[in-house]
Amino acid sequence: MTKINWNNNPEITDDLVKEHGLSVAEHKLMIKILGRKPTLTELGIFSVMWSEHCSYKSSKLHLKTLPTEAPWVIHGPGENAGVIDIGDNQAAIFKMESHNHPSYIEPYQGAATGVGGILRDVFTMGARPIANMNALRFGSPEHPKTRHLLSGVVEGIGGYGNCVGVPTIGGETNFHPSYNGNILVNAMAVGLADQDKIFLSAAAGVGNPVIYVGSKTGRDGIHGATMASAEFTEDNEEKRPTVQVGDPFTEKLLIEACIELMSTDMVVAIQDMGAAGLTSSSVEMASGGGVGFTINLDNVPQREENMTPYEMMLSESQERMLVVLKPDRVGEAEAIFKKWDLDFAVIGEITETGNLTLLFEGKTVADIPTQPLADNSPEYDRPWIKTEIQPTIDAFDIPIPNDFRDTLLKMINSSELSSREWIWQQYDHQVMADTIQIPGGDAAVVRVHGTDKALAISTDCTPRYCYADPFEGGKQAVAETWRNLTAVGAQPLAITDCLNFGNPERPDIMGQFVGAIEGIREACTVLDYPVISGNVSLYNETNGTGIHPTPAIGGVGLLKDSSKMITIAPKNEGDVIMLIGECTGHLGCTQYLNIIEGREEGAPPPVDLALERKNGDFVRAQIQNRKITACHDVSDGGLFITLSEMVLAGGRGLEITLNNGNIPIHAYGFGEDQARYVISASPNDVNDIKTAANDANVTLEMLGLVTGHTLDVKNIFTITLNELLDAHGTWMPKYMSNED
Amino acid sequence: MKSAVVTFPASNCNRDMFDALEKLTGKTPYQIWHQDSEIPDVDLIALPGGFSFGDYLRCGAMAARSPAIKAIALHAERGGNVIGVCNGFQVLTEMGLLPGALMRNSSLKFVCKTVHLQVENTLTNFTNAYTKGQVIDIPVAHHDGNYFADEDTLKMLETNGQIPFRYVSKAGEATASANPNGSQNNIAGIINERGNVLGMMPHPERLIEDAQGGTDGRGFFESIINTLK
Repeated sequence: MTKINWNNNPEITDDLVKEHGLSVAEHKLMIKILGRKPTLTELGIFSVMWSEHCSYKSSKLHLKTLPTEAPWVIHGPGENAGVIDIGDNQAAIFKMESHNHPSYIEPYQGAATGVGGILRDVFTMGARPIANMNALRFGSPEHPKTRHLLSGVVEGIGGYGNCVGVPTIGGETNFHPSYNGNILVNAMAVGLADQDKIFLSAAAGVGNPVIYVGSKTGRDGIHGATMASAEFTEDNEEKRPTVQVGDPFTEKLLIEACIELMSTDMVVAIQDMGAAGLTSSSVEMASGGGVGFTINLDNVPQREENMTPYEMMLSESQERMLVVLKPDRVGEAEAIFKKWDLDFAVIGEITETGNLTLLFEGKTVADIPTQPLADNSPEYDRPWIKTEIQPTIDAFDIPIPNDFRDTLLKMINSSELSSREWIWQQYDHQVMADTIQIPGGDAAVVRVHGTDKALAISTDCTPRYCYADPFEGGKQAVAETWRNLTAVGAQPLAITDCLNFGNPERPDIMGQFVGAIEGIREACTVLDYPVISGNVSLYNETNGTGIHPTPAIGGVGLLKDSSKMITIAPKNEGDVIMLIGECTGHLGCTQYLNIIEGREEGAPPPVDLALERKNGDFVRAQIQNRKITACHDVSDGGLFITLSEMVLAGGRGLEITLNNGNIPIHAYGFGEDQARYVISASPNDVNDIKTAANDANVTLEMLGLVTGHTLDVKNIFTITLNELLDAHGTWMPKYMSNED
Repeated sequence: MKSAVVTFPASNCNRDMFDALEKLTGKTPYQIWHQDSEIPDVDLIALPGGFSFGDYLRCGAMAARSPAIKAIALHAERGGNVIGVCNGFQVLTEMGLLPGALMRNSSLKFVCKTVHLQVENTLTNFTNAYTKGQVIDIPVAHHDGNYFADEDTLKMLETNGQIPFRYVSKAGEATASANPNGSQNNIAGIINERGNVLGMMPHPERLIEDAQGGTDGRGFFESIINTLK
């Protein structure tokens, strides 16, 4: 056994262990694994590896129940990102991850490094990143910090993505007071690789060199993973030094250098240094391959002087990777990184000990068996209580507005339903020249370069549904991405999930988590739409108040023939407008109730997954047969908002006649029943579509025609295109121009 | 027609430019790394968009000192055609091949959207496939596209027809609201006096196929092909 150097090592007291976020039981387990007391460096390593962020100790029991397999899934959860087969020996690689706490403390850098981190997860596996997406939640617009945070986060996402040259093609943004002290910044990246060129992290080959590439290591981000695993308190400002600083220029160089490196056959294993930096990358590579690593910390490229082993192992400096190379190829690999002006250092080698052994100034400062460190990490079955379901609200109990016109204009001029153009115009959404559907539609679409194929991507979650009923909300988040992908004509293939919740040690919060997971599981199962990667972000609370449960879902679908893609914009005067799906007029928990009545209550609309699948498969088949000229799913704000958005996107008016039967008009127009789409079609194709709907037992209703420049709902309201444009387009620019 | 695309470390529209040239000219362009001090004999050198060296200093300032720059300047001096799009335009002004400078957008924000451009001079090597006064749609994506020059330079550009592209409204008016970055006189692109070096902020290479939302960028490449026939 290696002799540990105990010089300069403080006594590991119970208080010190507690400061590192480890419980008494975890402390005991650590001593048992080591067979002795830990050094300070070892304590640091255990504390980050067993942090909630890295170990998933509160969530993994439940995450295990999610469906992760399908014939088209190549790698599910467990790798840096999930991998699916998109035909022709090509694979799509994707993942979504949170960067919530850093973004609240330092919005520009927090969001920027969130993008950088998720990009590395994707190109580590051999993929060229081809699209960025995001899911953002801010506090109430009236909260004094919201403008500053929105402005900084958007600039940070743009600043990073624009420079690395990966288009940011879409996302979603909500505002709600539950995020006042804890915003959510979830970033998703999608990459493209050949199936026979996918790289994994499991190290192999005793004696193989371990190489450090990328930026130098500094003191930034130390304990970032631990911060992500605790509740926020008033002293957030003091945590600013734990936020990492991003350098997208270096990331761009790193992407190009790694892709060049991976086009050869020199790489045995490769892993990015993300949360917990050098610690998690080396431990995961070693434990994944059942080998040991000896690392000489003196060889780690350092940006600051007198860094200790503890600091080096816990630094979260950005734009760094760890690579295991074939032994005789170091010179060749070094030449690639020199060309790109990046640091390249041999810092260690693979051993057969199974231990992570760290040397510093010629002495051993840590020696930890990696298998138990990684695999025997704590797993908790935290107590939980089921969320009490709210009663269903009867639409007849909600007042009918006097003026539908004003009501609709007020809704699309709200923080929730207004245009997000102010945000996405700050993102280069067209670089790489393959973006064929820009933000603002149901799903963003990028071509698979040089082919007829395209990938459709959508991120969705309706937190108010999840708060009212985590199970239905979890189902709905998955179903909405599936519906959005369907609406552009894509076949939905798989999802990544980014599960943002409060403190799991509180049974009510844990109940929200368990409920949402159940909902996600059920939706993924019925829709054949597995989870292939993801991230859990807990402790999203400030001073004891949790956020709305927000399981953000990122869905990816395939269009085999990208020329069949459609958008939400009606194309031709005289086309016929139809509604697919059933309307019951569900007004509980809707945007209407929230914006117009100021009430956040009631059961959310239930998601009938079988109906969802039937209606979606029908719509997709019609798009694939080129029978539909435009399609928009009905979601937030209901049918009237859907119609308004189609007018806005197409610059063409609609003439609509409602057949609302017994349903009150406000419930018919603003109700949020699920599994619905508004479609347009040439009059010549209407009979075929009706017949097909009849055969498939799908509810289809005639709504009207594409004509003129006015949204005209007969006998109810008339709004011109220009009035809609003004109401929809002005909220966010006006709001943001009040910036101090 | 032979062309070359120069790549700086953080160029990110080099592939888009390469693909557009290859697709529209039918010939594969040379790829020039910024460290290359020699460039093969070509009819056109293209400096693509991106962030060249991260642009932490002035955009294009460091790129303008790369080894390949001398060869580009020599090519221009001999009358060879050079185009710079977005970051490429910034590099051309930093090199001194085009007058003026590109400052931070007046909004202080990055802007990515499709804008209307009026083609004001169709007698250039790069615009002859358009019709005079034609309003075309081309995307912009930049943080520093706010063209600035002193009054004498502006006067010279205006009187010599050295402003082939100007930001306009759909109706063809050079209004402030049609200008995405606050550039002087709504300038979107300029050409040198000799007529062989053009810089523009908008990205014609992003709009050459219907699937990309339009084909108004094709005329730019077709013009160069016409010129070199």
